Amino acid sequence: MLQITEGSLAVADAVGKCRPQVIAAYPITPQTHIVEALAEMVANCTIDAEYITVESEFSALSACLGASAAGSRVYSATTSQGLALMFEVCFNCAGMRLPVVMTIANRALGAPLSIWNDQQDSISLRDSGWLQFYAEDNQEATDLHYLAYRVSEDHSVLLPSFVCFDGFILSHTYEPVDILSQEEVDRYLPRFRPFQRLDADDPISFGLFAAPDYYMEFRYEIDQAAKKALSVFPKAGREFAELFGRDYSGLVESYRMEDADCALVAMGSLCGTVKDAIDDLRDAGRKVGLLKIRTFRPFPAEEVKKALSGVSRVAVLDKNISLGSKGAVALEVKDALYGSQIPVHDYIIGLGGRDVQKKDIARVVTLAEEGKGDLYYGLREEVLK
Amino acid sequence: MNDKAACGLFDSGHRACGGCGAAMAARLMLDAAGKDTIIVSSTGCMEVFSTPYPETAWKVPWIHSLFENNSAVASGIVASLAKQGRKEKVVAIGGDGATFDIGILCLSGAFERGHDFTYICYDNEAYMNTGIQRSGATPYDASTTTSPAGSCSFGNKRPKKDLPLILAAHGAPYVATASIAYPPDFKKKVEKAINTPGPCYIQVHAPCCTGWGFEGEKTIAIGKLAIETGLWVNYEMENGVVTKVKKVVRKPVEDYLIEQKRFRHLFKPKKNETEIAKIQALADRNAEKFGIDITLKK
Repeated sequence: MLQITEGSLAVADAVGKCRPQVIAAYPITPQTHIVEALAEMVANCTIDAEYITVESEFSALSACLGASAAGSRVYSATTSQGLALMFEVCFNCAGMRLPVVMTIANRALGAPLSIWNDQQDSISLRDSGWLQFYAEDNQEATDLHYLAYRVSEDHSVLLPSFVCFDGFILSHTYEPVDILSQEEVDRYLPRFRPFQRLDADDPISFGLFAAPDYYMEFRYEIDQAAKKALSVFPKAGREFAELFGRDYSGLVESYRMEDADCALVAMGSLCGTVKDAIDDLRDAGRKVGLLKIRTFRPFPAEEVKKALSGVSRVAVLDKNISLGSKGAVALEVKDALYGSQIPVHDYIIGLGGRDVQKKDIARVVTLAEEGKGDLYYGLREEVLK
Repeated sequence: MNDKAACGLFDSGHRACGGCGAAMAARLMLDAAGKDTIIVSSTGCMEVFSTPYPETAWKVPWIHSLFENNSAVASGIVASLAKQGRKEKVVAIGGDGATFDIGILCLSGAFERGHDFTYICYDNEAYMNTGIQRSGATPYDASTTTSPAGSCSFGNKRPKKDLPLILAAHGAPYVATASIAYPPDFKKKVEKAINTPGPCYIQVHAPCCTGWGFEGEKTIAIGKLAIETGLWVNYEMENGVVTKVKKVVRKPVEDYLIEQKRFRHLFKPKKNETEIAKIQALADRNAEKFGIDITLKK
């Protein structure tokens, strides 16, 4: 049923229908509306979950880790500083192969303090073993939660997932969203079936320490599991499409890429603006297309390479910066295209909530065509003086 | 031990030092708690010596995540078990570094929220796993590698943090101190804690031969001396009120201090009467506060 609703509320509705048994979360802007909505569902018994009001994000994810190991489907949500505080637990959840699903309402990291959007927070956890899915709009943000549980809990994957949607830009925006019924969600997402759990009748030890003669093999297996998601995610997407018509089977998505000369690469809500800008540019005769990255982890290098094989230049829009290096998406794209002659230009854009408009996208395309890249787009020179 | 036979849920063959007080605490704790117990361990000596992959000494379900989050992990397990209608008891266990210092945020949160679990701190009074650094539980004047005695230092500058009182102030229904030198008492307290609804706390004194500097066969004797000098008091608090105290005919603190290398600087090159008097004053204060003195009839 199509409903005009706030992004956070649509996400909370989807999460509730995934039937999490334990929810642990801590308030932080711009994520808070999600966990407030879930608390309300618990208070009114519309969902059957234990809701732990923890004293920090660190404990939120730690509680999820424990509950997941004990055999429950779990959920948390956070952003920015909260995610940074979870850093240690994030690596633990992945290392212990616990299929936690967590929403990230993407926000910049301090200092300086900023509550506004970029994607530095989740990007900074790229090496943690969490799968990372990025939503373009609130429909996708909502639907990706169903997929995330399916992929994370798949016994050939067993890794936690971030569902990333841009803070404020999506989380606080009202859009029409097709809200699935509980019966529909139940048809897609089966009850949680833990691979193993803490159980007095079958005692096992979780989280042992590994000496140098075992550690590397653990890391290898986690890496293999993450790469396994490259095939599990599309399958989950196809099944979703068969049931509900919306197709998320692509790890990447191409927009007007046929005969494109310049390809823009982006993740998240920026893709919507880019698509509109491309329509205008195409009307003006410019051959421009978009490659949207849906899964940043695992990174779909093969799909990226294939999609970009025919273009003359690539312009990557990075809402993050690996300080002292480049934008994280550009680094991945350059790696995927290694050996080809296609120039990849990186544009650090929209950090800390700096607005990105259609005219900015058009300007980026022009810069790329002029061969000017690897720069921060839209710096205010008067501030730097 | 006359109450409950050792049930072997904490298996032999682990890597603890001979005479390790923490290993005794683990064994006694499981003897009392029984097989329907889920253990949530913090990082530390006990975790490392009992679970080198692919081996484990634990014959009950056991989980270790991080140094400082066992209380939060336990919160999640308790919530999960409640949702599943399962009846296992949850016991979080951590050393004094994990409990007094780095994990106190998670511990405070879990106690304030009132989860039904028991937290056991095996208190060996320093960070032993990393090589004997001071913690908030290190006693006054103990020499550690980060509070070494030197020409202008007598060792650790502060007395122990009163963590049991802090947790009692959270409204914990049951808080107790114990010692591995008194096994039946410790086991009774474990049983009481796990059968009391709500968050319960036991701080068990676990002498560390390596860190404190005494021979491994003296662990129990050292533990007893701590009690007999009044530097460690075994007591129970129910709903914030002290209900039971182990009384002793007190010995001078010197008897305890002189046995341990961590206090050797108080005796060599010459006896430091001033500092020993300060430690005696701490014991006297304990004796007065808890009324531990047995007055011998003449």
